[in-house]
Amino acid sequence: MTTGDAVGPGGPGGPAAPVLSVRGLVKLYGNTVVLRDITFEVGPGQAVVLVGGSGSGKSTLLRCLNLLESVDDGEILLAGEEITDPRVNADRIRRRIGVVFQAYNLFPHLTVLQNVTLAPILVHRVPRAAARERARELLGRIGLADKVDVYPDRLSGGQQQRLAIVRALATEPSLLLLDEITSALDPELVGEVLDLVGELKREGMPMVLATHEMAFARDIADEVLVLDGGLIIERGTPQRVLDESRQERTRRFLARIREPGPPGPGHAAGPVT
Amino acid sequence: MTAAWEPSERERDRRRLRRRARLRSAVIAAASTVAVAVVAGVGITRASGWPRVRQRFFSWSEITAAWPAARTGMIINLELFVVCGAAAAALGLLVALLRTLAGPVFLPLRLLAAAYTDLFRGLPVILVLYLVGFGVPALRLRGLPTDPLVLGGAALVLTYSAYVAEVFRAGIESVHPSQVAAARSLGLTHAQTMRRVVLPQAVRRVIPPLLNDAISLQKDSSLVSVLGVVDAVRAAQIATSAHFNYSPYVLAGLMFLAITVPLTRITDHLAARSARRRGTGIGAAGGGMR
Repeated sequence: MTTGDAVGPGGPGGPAAPVLSVRGLVKLYGNTVVLRDITFEVGPGQAVVLVGGSGSGKSTLLRCLNLLESVDDGEILLAGEEITDPRVNADRIRRRIGVVFQAYNLFPHLTVLQNVTLAPILVHRVPRAAARERARELLGRIGLADKVDVYPDRLSGGQQQRLAIVRALATEPSLLLLDEITSALDPELVGEVLDLVGELKREGMPMVLATHEMAFARDIADEVLVLDGGLIIERGTPQRVLDESRQERTRRFLARIREPGPPGPGHAAGPVT
Repeated sequence: MTAAWEPSERERDRRRLRRRARLRSAVIAAASTVAVAVVAGVGITRASGWPRVRQRFFSWSEITAAWPAARTGMIINLELFVVCGAAAAALGLLVALLRTLAGPVFLPLRLLAAAYTDLFRGLPVILVLYLVGFGVPALRLRGLPTDPLVLGGAALVLTYSAYVAEVFRAGIESVHPSQVAAARSLGLTHAQTMRRVVLPQAVRRVIPPLLNDAISLQKDSSLVSVLGVVDAVRAAQIATSAHFNYSPYVLAGLMFLAITVPLTRITDHLAARSARRRGTGIGAAGGGMR
């Protein structure tokens, strides 16, 4: 499941073909290596959680995955297609990957509904009426049906972030990238956002997440990757990595982020409801 | 419903004090304004040269005599203002957008746009007017306009589009890169991102500075008179030299003020409104941000 030799670069392969497969990825800023030899896979319906301190390379990795950053070595395959090939049209690839940012990055000049329908109408050529209907449906699901015509600055942080998730879902991506999406939220609003992500996971949406919510990571992750200095220093099931870590650096990092939360090394290390 | 709130005795005292302080401020302000006006008025009208100045600059008969010509001239100023304003806005936006294009293919366009703004922002308007107004007809190329009004307008557009391009560019750069990241992540192309995400936010922010340029353009439209176009200022000059009386200049000045003062007020109003809009939330309160 985690060692990816099953699929050649030629085609989508068998039934369990990975949605995303990353092999030996390297990213440089000038002469500084910010990501080194990153290799992992996301299978259908799987969630891979990236854990690590700030500056460990989590965000850079996520930005590489949807080609917002160029890659300096290695390869990324999306449904078997090598997207790191310079000849690949990056716009076409990004259409298939949904991204949710730490700071929401909603469009302040567009209403809630327009935020959701912009890409379907403009990029995916969905007829306006159909795009609106679908958007209303999605907004209803997150309890924003009565807010379709307001501007995002009138929403709470939790509502804004759920709107950002729905905006990413509206294009029906085959993979979701979530970059510390609860880090900018008030603690009491974190739960509603994580609940939505958990729901998506149960519905089979493949995803790569960077998060500091360890209890949530434990619930949702199929594999946890611990990044430090641009390297994967430890990997495995959440239980293996978060509870029985063999790495001193991992344990230190986990202790640091658990400190401010309520005690209890087992469960409920974060405000997940 | 809960019982209506009645201010306490203490609060009523405070209000009486505040009212009294306000009244006193108003009286002082009125008195000092009147005093300054009287001193200035008396000082000027008592001056030994005042009767001459009044006759030379504020002659009602001269003003009414110059009115028809000045009015015809002012219509030319307004035409120039509207047409050149629209053209400069469109051309300026185009130049600003050219400068945002990424990729080696567009290098010549980027360079051209940069050179264009450098050149026309750096030259005095009057030089551009001479170069275009006298240079273009001298080429004797068929199909090129020779009407000084058109050439003068073209010169104004060249200069002002360079200013407007810089204003638009500042607006585009003021939109946070995370907005572009979000749009591109959704699969929007560079052009779609510009048109649907960056420009709508940028344009809203630069409307006050753009109106500033519009006011300058309205005033500078009188410079086309150096090419022989009879605008309001030129008409006033002609009337002035007929009787050696400067009153027509005063008339022309008042006509410009009648246009530019309301424009200035609108600009101030819009600037204040956008400042209020951006001033929501604690994060924006400090004033000195960005």
